[in-house]
Amino acid sequence: MPASTNWIEIRNLTFRRSPTRWIFKDVNMNIERNKVTAIMGPSGCGKTTLLKLISGQLQPETGSIRVDGLEVNQLDRQGLLALRRRMGMLFQSGALFTDLSVYENVAFPLRVHTRLPEEVIRDLVLMKLQAVGLRGARDLMPSELSGGMARRVALARTIILDPELIMYDEPFAGQDPILAGVLRDLIQRINQGIGATSIIVSHDVAETASIADYIFVLADGRIIGQGPPDEVMNSRDPMVRQFLQGLPDGPVPFHFPSSPWPADLRRERRG
Amino acid sequence: MIRQIRDLGAWGLDTTRGIGRASLLFWHAIWGLPDLRSGPRLFIQQLYFVGVFSLIIIAVSGVLIGMVLALQGYTVLVRFGAEAALGQFVSLTLLRELGPVVAALLFVGRAGSAMTAEIGLMKATDQLAAMEMIGVDPVRRVLRPRLWAGIVSMPLLAQVFNSVAIWGAVMVGVHWLGVDEGSFWSNMQGVVKFTDDVLNGLIKSVMFGVVISWIAVYQGYDADPTSEGISRATTKTVVYSSLAVLAMDFFLTAVMFGIN
Repeated sequence: MPASTNWIEIRNLTFRRSPTRWIFKDVNMNIERNKVTAIMGPSGCGKTTLLKLISGQLQPETGSIRVDGLEVNQLDRQGLLALRRRMGMLFQSGALFTDLSVYENVAFPLRVHTRLPEEVIRDLVLMKLQAVGLRGARDLMPSELSGGMARRVALARTIILDPELIMYDEPFAGQDPILAGVLRDLIQRINQGIGATSIIVSHDVAETASIADYIFVLADGRIIGQGPPDEVMNSRDPMVRQFLQGLPDGPVPFHFPSSPWPADLRRERRG
Repeated sequence: MIRQIRDLGAWGLDTTRGIGRASLLFWHAIWGLPDLRSGPRLFIQQLYFVGVFSLIIIAVSGVLIGMVLALQGYTVLVRFGAEAALGQFVSLTLLRELGPVVAALLFVGRAGSAMTAEIGLMKATDQLAAMEMIGVDPVRRVLRPRLWAGIVSMPLLAQVFNSVAIWGAVMVGVHWLGVDEGSFWSNMQGVVKFTDDVLNGLIKSVMFGVVISWIAVYQGYDADPTSEGISRATTKTVVYSSLAVLAMDFFLTAVMFGIN
């Protein structure tokens, strides 16, 4: 039987943070192999939560998440750890181990999962650090790195085992335009270089749309738009347009739900 | 009224759930196959951070407490002309009670709080999640070496505390207040029994080491990943561990020395 073109298949996914706060309601999604898929949407719509559900860090309320044919929710701890060895995740904060140097951070996955000789580990680490432009920073500690450098080191650590799936959590957030461009090129090169499947969670429309093969736009616990970047960018859906054009108010309200403003003012005067 | 009952019920459920989570974590952290490649190195590293870094506070406090104990003991004993019994008074007090308990309380403040804050911060900065994503179990890699380091170093630190406290007592009792050195040591040797006093004190400090390290790693691992959450977890470690040490000390004393 030929392998499915989908690396990840999500069916009827529901998840909530509290009894009243739904993050996903009946979400269906396919993520294709060897493609860059972007998950976009306003803050708090559950983009990072989706990555945590895919990697089994969170359990869905109902529904199924299959990664390379494996049902993530039904894996035991060892199975989950084994699956995660085939994945890499770039955290928004970088999540470097603060007690290890840049070199040791990047070497960490090799040291725990392989029995390679030290010379080979050294070559591989330097190769990945060279790819992210930080070979010269190998002896620095994480506290000595800028935010952008930390994220690039984290990227080198993420790809050291050549994972089949790489998940990027807000890779462009808080980066200056030069670094955002550097990261964008790196992601593109890495995806082509190691033939990985990539998921980028971001609300940076321009950067993400320029490298994504397919985009999902999430809001209100559901998918409000999906398709190749050109199609999504030209969507007529008011919610999708509001997000892509950055309009402050629209179907996604600017104000948090509250009582009417005049009534609130009158109450204050009376009080 | 209904609300108070509901709150009490919610508190009961939360507490039971917390105890369950802590017990499972303890079981998972303490047992299981040791990682022979990195396990010993991580354990020794933690033994250094938890044990060696606590040595100064333990030693200084030990000397001072031994000195105070000798001074207080002497002022009472001298009234009955029994100052020669100072050695036995100091050694029994230290080996049975003060050594394990005070060393444990100092250990809570020095090492327990640091363990909680470190693990909590690792959680807040996604380091534990990153470890999981690399396919490494953070309980095995981060919690287990700290737990074992606490259990091993606590009795050793209590013995260091006892030794320097006795030395402090000798300085004050023998060299300053003039108690006869021969009677001081011979009385001590005559009274102190290895199983009754030294071993029971050692068992106490091992038990305190287990409880303190367990509370510290659990509070860090279960902390809310915010600055407020870590601060709350660190406070909880100090409060819960101190109370647990004092309560356990009573029960252990009752079992070890009370039923004769």
